[in-house]
Amino acid sequence: MSNHKTSLSKVSHQQRIGDQPWLRRLLIGLAFLLVGSLLVVPLIAIFAQALSAGLNIFWVNLSDKYTLHAIGLTLLVAALTVPLNLVFGVFLAWLVTRFEFPGRRILMTLIDIPFAVSPVVAGLMYLLLYGSNSWVGSWLMDHDLQLMFAWPGIVMVTVFITCPFVARELIPLMQQQGSSEEEAALSLGASGWQMFRRVTLPNIKWALLYGVVLTNARAVGEFGAVSVVSGNIRGETNTLPLHVELLYQDYNLVGAFTSATLLAALALLTLVVKTFLEWRQQQSAS
Amino acid sequence: MSIQIKQISKQFGDFQALKPLNLTINEGELVGLLGPSGSGKTTLLRIIAGLETADQGQILFSGKDVTKLHVRDRKVGFVFQHYALFRHMTVAENIAFGLDVLPKKQRPTKATIKQQVAELLDKVQLSHLASRYPAQLSGGQKQRIALARALAMQPRVLLLDEPFGALDAKVRKELRRWLRNLHDELGFTSVFVTHDQEEALEVSDRVVVMSQGQIEQEATPQALYQQPASRFVYDFLGGVNVFEGQASSLANNRLEQGKAWVAFPDGYKPATGQLYLRSHELSLSNQPSATAHLPLTIKAVSLIGAEVRVELEPLGWQSQDLWEVVISHSHYNTWQPQRGDTCFAQPQAGQLFTSNENQPLAISWTKEQLLIKTA
Repeated sequence: MSNHKTSLSKVSHQQRIGDQPWLRRLLIGLAFLLVGSLLVVPLIAIFAQALSAGLNIFWVNLSDKYTLHAIGLTLLVAALTVPLNLVFGVFLAWLVTRFEFPGRRILMTLIDIPFAVSPVVAGLMYLLLYGSNSWVGSWLMDHDLQLMFAWPGIVMVTVFITCPFVARELIPLMQQQGSSEEEAALSLGASGWQMFRRVTLPNIKWALLYGVVLTNARAVGEFGAVSVVSGNIRGETNTLPLHVELLYQDYNLVGAFTSATLLAALALLTLVVKTFLEWRQQQSAS
Repeated sequence: MSIQIKQISKQFGDFQALKPLNLTINEGELVGLLGPSGSGKTTLLRIIAGLETADQGQILFSGKDVTKLHVRDRKVGFVFQHYALFRHMTVAENIAFGLDVLPKKQRPTKATIKQQVAELLDKVQLSHLASRYPAQLSGGQKQRIALARALAMQPRVLLLDEPFGALDAKVRKELRRWLRNLHDELGFTSVFVTHDQEEALEVSDRVVVMSQGQIEQEATPQALYQQPASRFVYDFLGGVNVFEGQASSLANNRLEQGKAWVAFPDGYKPATGQLYLRSHELSLSNQPSATAHLPLTIKAVSLIGAEVRVELEPLGWQSQDLWEVVISHSHYNTWQPQRGDTCFAQPQAGQLFTSNENQPLAISWTKEQLLIKTA
């Protein structure tokens, strides 16, 4: 792997067809300009705006009752979604990479539905299916179970939106690794659990963590689907992204940006962890 | 432990990987399953191990039915084609794995495990690599570690899937001998899969040739080479030239095709069919002899190690493939064949496959006969 890389970089120093120095400089310049103006500057602006009225106000906004509730709810949603999709993702990846069965290809395509469907549509789907106007919803209502416009609904749509991340990370890796190490473990007398714990899991752990990090980031930041099923009840069904919008609509700019810094900080942390995990994964692959 | 395979068959979708087959492997025997890819040899090996389940039939270990027994309870050593070493464990941890996962009651103490691992590493002569990871080993080293790992459980049956397939020629040769010695020393029953006929003939006590999910022939290497039971076996063992002809109407001892012919020695009656002639059981000369008239044009001459290979094209008759004849260096030096030259082939031994006989007819032109006829 590393040999391959060094030989490639050596080649790229030589001039190839179409590789004009001015063209290269122009493209590199453009790339930095775009990344700067579209990604970096807005990110800095969030922090600047949040702190524009001073650190005290920032702190007051952060310790606002509704903000704290939104943080709590967002963490609850993530805490439920991540383990659920972790288990689901591992099972699914195991199923499609270790077994041959009719419908396997269709299943692999179906995994991608949440990526293909607009989150708002996903939210609407859940609302129509489990809302009080539907047959399922009214049955639930009769049994005093409210899913829509309550936290269970938020968890449900978040699970839907984030379910492909772990499986998507694991499937190509597990396909590439094949099952012979697992078979070797079994032939040496390992039980199913010993095989999973001692052979499968160590082989997929970095990809698994990577999937978890992505799942978490999306679960915390999801707006579209959640906004449809949440009902935006302040202090009850408001997650952090929804809270940002609500404050903004209240003309509380500093407050909105304060909450936004939390999401931005999480995003930056995710990036760091993701880069580290990608690096580790490459290390363990080579 | 002896292995008995009774009417085992296996189907993957539309593909019949194994047709019902029977095979008995005796205790302490080293058997090679030889065949081209897709012949079912690996499937059979995996069924013996319990990594694959048969659709029908039974597997018996020393008379005991193990057909329904899970792979972890069969206690066979299995060496995988690409070694399947646990990549996140060191060499020592790999070898200790089987002992580490034993139930608490049967598990040896940490110190005992450590000592057993050291002994195994010593046996495969790789003690200095104990703390390395598989990615840091060469192919031959990985193969030895994979073997040591399988041997840690002291299996009575060792199964090896293409054990030397991914190694270079020299290492392969060394490891073959080493495996043979190890087998003789430890006395377990071994079955290994290979597509390399040389490997199968060199290592095995008995070779089982497979094709299209069936056993074509099972025999000792010597018998297999001397009496191939079918065209397939003959072809698969390699280096064979085919002369397709019919009984001549002119001379009753000749098999002919166009102007080319081969005269059979006394006592053999030619019949329409294919005469199989191995590349080292033919000689070449500038003149036709009294027993054969097989004109050929030299297409290529290659000097490979101890022998000289001559590639030839039939002249005035047909053959599906080019012919290949092996001659000695001394013959080459006196003869000096050139590309484009015409020469004549003279068979010394061969087998005639006819359409109505299952068994081929072995024919040999003894030196005396050749001398008398050519004189």
